[in-house]
Amino acid sequence: MARSEIETKVVDIMEDVFDEDDLEYSDSMTAADIEEWDSLSNIRFVVAIEKAFGVRFSNSEIADLENVGQMVDLIGSKID
Amino acid sequence: MSPSSRDPYALRWLLEPPADLRAQLKALRKDFESNPHVIRRLAGYSLDVSQLNQLGKTIAARRDDLAKAGLRPFRVAIAATHTADFLITALPGTGLRHGLLIDAFQADYGQTAQAVLDPASTLFEFEPDLVYLAFDPHALGLGSPRLDEGGGEEAVQSAIDYVTSLRDAIHTNSSAGVVLHSLPMEPAALFGNFDASQPGSVRWMIATFNARLAQNLKPGDVFLDLAALAEMVGLSAWHDAGRWHEGKVPFALDAVPLVADHLCRLFSAFRGLSRKCLVLDLDNTLWGGVIGDDGVEGIALGQGSGTGEAFAGIQSYAKQLRSRGIILAVCSKNEETNARIPFQSHDEMVLKESDVAVFVANWTDKASNLEYVAKALNIGTDSLVFLDDNPAERERVRQELPEVAVPEVGTDPAEYVGILSEAGYFEAIGFGAEDRNRAEMYQANAERVSAMQKIGNMDEYLRSLEMVCSMRPFNSLGRTRTAQLINKSNQFNLTTRRYSEAQVESFETNPAKFTLQVRLVDRFGDNGMISVLIFDRSADEWVCDTWLMSCRVLGRRVEEAVLAHVVDAAKADGAKRLIGEWLPSPKNGLVEKHFERLGFNFVADLPEGGTRWALDLEAYEKPALPMVVETTGAVAGSEA
Repeated sequence: MARSEIETKVVDIMEDVFDEDDLEYSDSMTAADIEEWDSLSNIRFVVAIEKAFGVRFSNSEIADLENVGQMVDLIGSKID
Repeated sequence: MSPSSRDPYALRWLLEPPADLRAQLKALRKDFESNPHVIRRLAGYSLDVSQLNQLGKTIAARRDDLAKAGLRPFRVAIAATHTADFLITALPGTGLRHGLLIDAFQADYGQTAQAVLDPASTLFEFEPDLVYLAFDPHALGLGSPRLDEGGGEEAVQSAIDYVTSLRDAIHTNSSAGVVLHSLPMEPAALFGNFDASQPGSVRWMIATFNARLAQNLKPGDVFLDLAALAEMVGLSAWHDAGRWHEGKVPFALDAVPLVADHLCRLFSAFRGLSRKCLVLDLDNTLWGGVIGDDGVEGIALGQGSGTGEAFAGIQSYAKQLRSRGIILAVCSKNEETNARIPFQSHDEMVLKESDVAVFVANWTDKASNLEYVAKALNIGTDSLVFLDDNPAERERVRQELPEVAVPEVGTDPAEYVGILSEAGYFEAIGFGAEDRNRAEMYQANAERVSAMQKIGNMDEYLRSLEMVCSMRPFNSLGRTRTAQLINKSNQFNLTTRRYSEAQVESFETNPAKFTLQVRLVDRFGDNGMISVLIFDRSADEWVCDTWLMSCRVLGRRVEEAVLAHVVDAAKADGAKRLIGEWLPSPKNGLVEKHFERLGFNFVADLPEGGTRWALDLEAYEKPALPMVVETTGAVAGSEA
């Protein structure tokens, strides 16, 4: 899957999980940029990503993520 | 879908939501002109945790509109030893699916005991209708093996004592009911298969705890069988070790909508809102094939083929539901004579004509026929579940009558029983003699409707019923049913005051209350308890706190007999007047003129709406009534 496809899918999921319209994707996006992104909705986010891409993340993988771009890279590394 | 590819978390009796669900929900938050039932319809889809979160925000924005639309407010507090936030978020949206407008409160994390032991805690300030005590094995001391001699037994008993003492504290400190739950089996074995027989292994302790907790329930407790639900999902899908370690999330996030639905169906049962009647299509629902085309020899039913056995299985399940009080009805597009042939002459039919309270076979559209079924049984269309293999019929009924539950059953009759059961429409929190006989009762009632059509004259009809009306003060035997009626009667209910079973019990011995439970038997059968009254007695006047009656016995002059009885008791007590109030609710317009009809005089309009009425006991004249009245122990003063 091309990186841009993953990005599009991740944005769709983020819009649904965080109830936000028309999110502009950028690699540097973090929880600070989105109102509803807190520790609880983060769990929903991770589970939704796992389900949509058919992957599993360990807690340490999640803990190491600094922004959405790194999440997209991590997904890419698991589905290739 | 084959079982192997089935989503274990799916609410598979519900339709998938539309693609623009989120946009619709957002629009509904701002569009205050729109019909609140649109929101309710969206709640009827199979929604995931994020969608339930979105729906919850829409409900919060439109709370007043939904309250006005007749949804029942319900307050639930969760005291959990783990993260319950996801459940809290999911409850309002799920509640809407069950006709409830839920406010949910969560006790501070890890403060379960403090929250329920302290009568001044924020949990009790919230004034919950129900408190859900949510535990995990670790918090109960059952998370690690106890292999010392007698250690397992000691751990289980102390966990049971802990849970029941918290339950009892809630009863002491409030009038709320309590939800207790069984514990899902832990995934990790110690020995392996041997664990089940080794006292003190975690698996042994959990199994023993679950069995013992079920034996320690009190009337009024609501039991969530989380262990059974986890088994349905499959334990390997239920547990999510990563999420447990990360945030003490007690089970996989994807299971939250399912758990929330189970909780809400229990809340709904607690409020007396569970469904009452299963309406069955015939062709390709109760048998394979079309009776009008294939004939009684040609339909698939019973031994000889997997398909035939699947249909017999559906009939058996319907018959089992009937045995626990669920009314059965038939609604089929057919010639009636054809539709009845299998019931009369197919040897493998499990259901008989005598099992069916209302049998409708014609070519009228099914929505109208379902309304007819509800009317004949004198129940609401929101008490119906409609089982039909035909997706077009299902869709049509959903559109015309969104309050009817229409399970999405797919095309394989072998799956129907499982889907119907998983949907949990007929959830109960108790089972008594009344329930056992309810299907017969409603059926006899439907027969009365036709008897009336034949007799024509109302007085003659009522006399022909040979009614015996018995009146008693509240007592322990009738307590559960009394509380049920108090919590679910809407239409014939003058004040719509709800009381828990514990409160009902306290009225039994309260000398300031005059209480009455009324039962009615007639030649068609026992109607059971059909009316409940509570008066507050003082020296001069008795004030009506509660007066409700089952609509099944409307038009039978029972209310007049009840009044005559109350008048006798009040006079014997030295009172001069009865005072009655009608407090309007969205559903009790039926009894707006109740006191007027009974000869009360208008006193005043009430400031918050409603009316106040008085009856002068000296001026009252007892009418001649078409029934025998039996009383025991209900003379004023004697029950205190």
